[in-house]
Amino acid sequence: MSDTFTLDGKTISFTEGQTIMQAATDAGVYIPHLCYLPELKPHGSCKLCTVKINGRETSSCTMRAAAGMVVESDTEEINSQRRALIHMLFVEGNHLCPTCEVSGNCKLQATAYHLGFMSPQFDHFFPIRRVDASHPDIWLDFNRCILCSLCVQASRDVDGKNVFGLSGRGIKSRLIVNSKSGKLADTDMAVTDKAAQVCPVGVILKKRTAFKTPIGERTYDKKPISEVPDTPAKER
Amino acid sequence: MTYNLETAEHPENLRRVSIDPVSRVEGHGKVTLLLDDHNKVHQVRLHIVEFRGFEKFIQGRPYWEVPVAVQRLCGICPVSHHLAASKAMDIIVGARKITPTAEKLRRLMHYGQMLQSHALHFFHLSTPDLLFGFDSEPTRRNIVGIAAAYPDLAKQGILLRKYGQEVIRMTAGKRVHGTGSVPGGVNKALTLAERDELLKDIYQIIGWSRDAVHLIQKIHTQDPGLYNSFGIFRSNFMSLAGNNGDMDFYHGALRARDDDGNIIFDGIDYQEYDRHIAEAVKPWSYMKFPYIRSLGQEEGWYKVGPLARVQNCDQISTPLAEHERREFVDYAGGSPMHAPLANHWTRMIEMLYAAEAIKELLHDDDILGTDLMTSGERQLEGVGVIEAPRGTLFHHYRVNEDDLITMANLIVSTTNNNQAMNEAVRHVAKRYLSGREVTEGLLNHIEVAIRAFDPCLSCATHALGKMPLTVELVDPDGSIVHALSRE
Repeated sequence: MSDTFTLDGKTISFTEGQTIMQAATDAGVYIPHLCYLPELKPHGSCKLCTVKINGRETSSCTMRAAAGMVVESDTEEINSQRRALIHMLFVEGNHLCPTCEVSGNCKLQATAYHLGFMSPQFDHFFPIRRVDASHPDIWLDFNRCILCSLCVQASRDVDGKNVFGLSGRGIKSRLIVNSKSGKLADTDMAVTDKAAQVCPVGVILKKRTAFKTPIGERTYDKKPISEVPDTPAKER
Repeated sequence: MTYNLETAEHPENLRRVSIDPVSRVEGHGKVTLLLDDHNKVHQVRLHIVEFRGFEKFIQGRPYWEVPVAVQRLCGICPVSHHLAASKAMDIIVGARKITPTAEKLRRLMHYGQMLQSHALHFFHLSTPDLLFGFDSEPTRRNIVGIAAAYPDLAKQGILLRKYGQEVIRMTAGKRVHGTGSVPGGVNKALTLAERDELLKDIYQIIGWSRDAVHLIQKIHTQDPGLYNSFGIFRSNFMSLAGNNGDMDFYHGALRARDDDGNIIFDGIDYQEYDRHIAEAVKPWSYMKFPYIRSLGQEEGWYKVGPLARVQNCDQISTPLAEHERREFVDYAGGSPMHAPLANHWTRMIEMLYAAEAIKELLHDDDILGTDLMTSGERQLEGVGVIEAPRGTLFHHYRVNEDDLITMANLIVSTTNNNQAMNEAVRHVAKRYLSGREVTEGLLNHIEVAIRAFDPCLSCATHALGKMPLTVELVDPDGSIVHALSRE
């Protein structure tokens, strides 16, 4: 049996136990998000999917839908906050879209375009981050990490390998590799692992595949992210 | 071969005049002159004031990123860097020979670039000097002035450039900074619709290119006193030469001649370029000074670019350009022409060749093929060389076992011409400025000599109309005695 709530004035059906994000996605309504993937347990960390429910802000990926909820998402006030979040993600890392092999397939870039965020106005941090290319098939570019932790979750919960982890606190938080050397080559990660498929940006990448899709044929060249929000990385 | 104006003996007693920045060239550079009380020139230097650092910050990045990253050196001829880097990476991935479809699509991209870059330089940057005169009214001496006085010519220049940009867009994905070329091949072929779209206008493009050759030929031959001697210096010259000595912008072996046209070396595999070419450093410029090792630093410098290429090759494979090459060689009288302004004439011959080569490729079904990439045994070091619009361009990389770059060396076309441009500037300064009151028109003579080489001083873009030129005459005590500015 399904019930309904309203999202930006539109009536959305849901089934018992669904989150607002799941119900909206089933109804074909896009709520911007970066750390949510349908096949993994939602954890509400990126805050991009924040909506207002009956006037209170909450993450739509973790909030269960309830009958009669009045949900606001695509409003100037909320989108302005989302732009600020995107803005901070861009300046906290080193996101050099012009030379990034994920450009055109990147969820961060595509979400920024969706929200009308074209150029940063905060000072860039230009953090010094490393590259780990020790693995024969996968390389890691930590410059682009947005700490969504999808890889941590996928490796632990799906692959059963626990290859990745988050270390540090606050602004010093960082993605690490769980091996004695800290190198990916010293883990049992394989290119077919779920953890290699979930990165929304350009951190976990299959080697020797870059730029083989021409401009015009990349995922978000063809359709905006609002129409293809959860395309798996391997298809992006 | 030098004019010995590089370093004054007693600079402390001389006045300094600077042209900063040099205008109607790509990127930023400046010229400084040291004059005595009688305006006699004692020192002239073309300085490159920007530092780019690509060779350093590409280190530690994966090799497949390089063709896309290093092209950001330049907004005018990024295709050159894109392809030179790709050719080096072909070696890295063991694809010394790429598929016919891939090579033809890369060639098409490159010829599109030669067309647009040469058109931009001739019509937008140089015709104001060539048609109005070097010391004509400066407010009119620009592309807007050309559009007012010669509207058809300006339109042709714009449309020629646009056509070249479209060729690039269809092969690289974007007009500027595309991603079409990848290690071991390309990522897309032309569609039938794209091929037909380009075919529609190619005959007009060839016609206009031929007209441009005839225009500059007429300008040059009508005033041989100026065009055959302005800024002249004798030097060695170098370029790639293709099969059978054909002109080839995309691939070939290194060939160098001395100032009389005698071969210094020929058939050199550019993978071994560093056994034949070395680079010197001077304290007053960020740009290095390359030279031919066997001749040493003093005698071994050389020029590259259109004038070098047209005289270095044995023939051009397309009929109209070959006819124009012969006209030029006949005019030169059997020995190499060294006049810098002859670069304009030869540049237009090259533009005609590029247009004809595009036409030939558009009639070749390989450009519609599906066999786009190849690879072989992985290598740790590779060199890619290409003839960029401004001359020979070297990219040299080492890659470690983890696929990361450990060393990069780029010798860009304008660097190859560094000494040559300095010599041209010194000749002009000595011939036209020395002993006379400095005027804007006279200073433009220096810029005309630099422009003949179409330098990309930093491999960077600049905005049209936003490059003010300020010239100041400063006394030894630092006070300005005379200033000229152009907004």
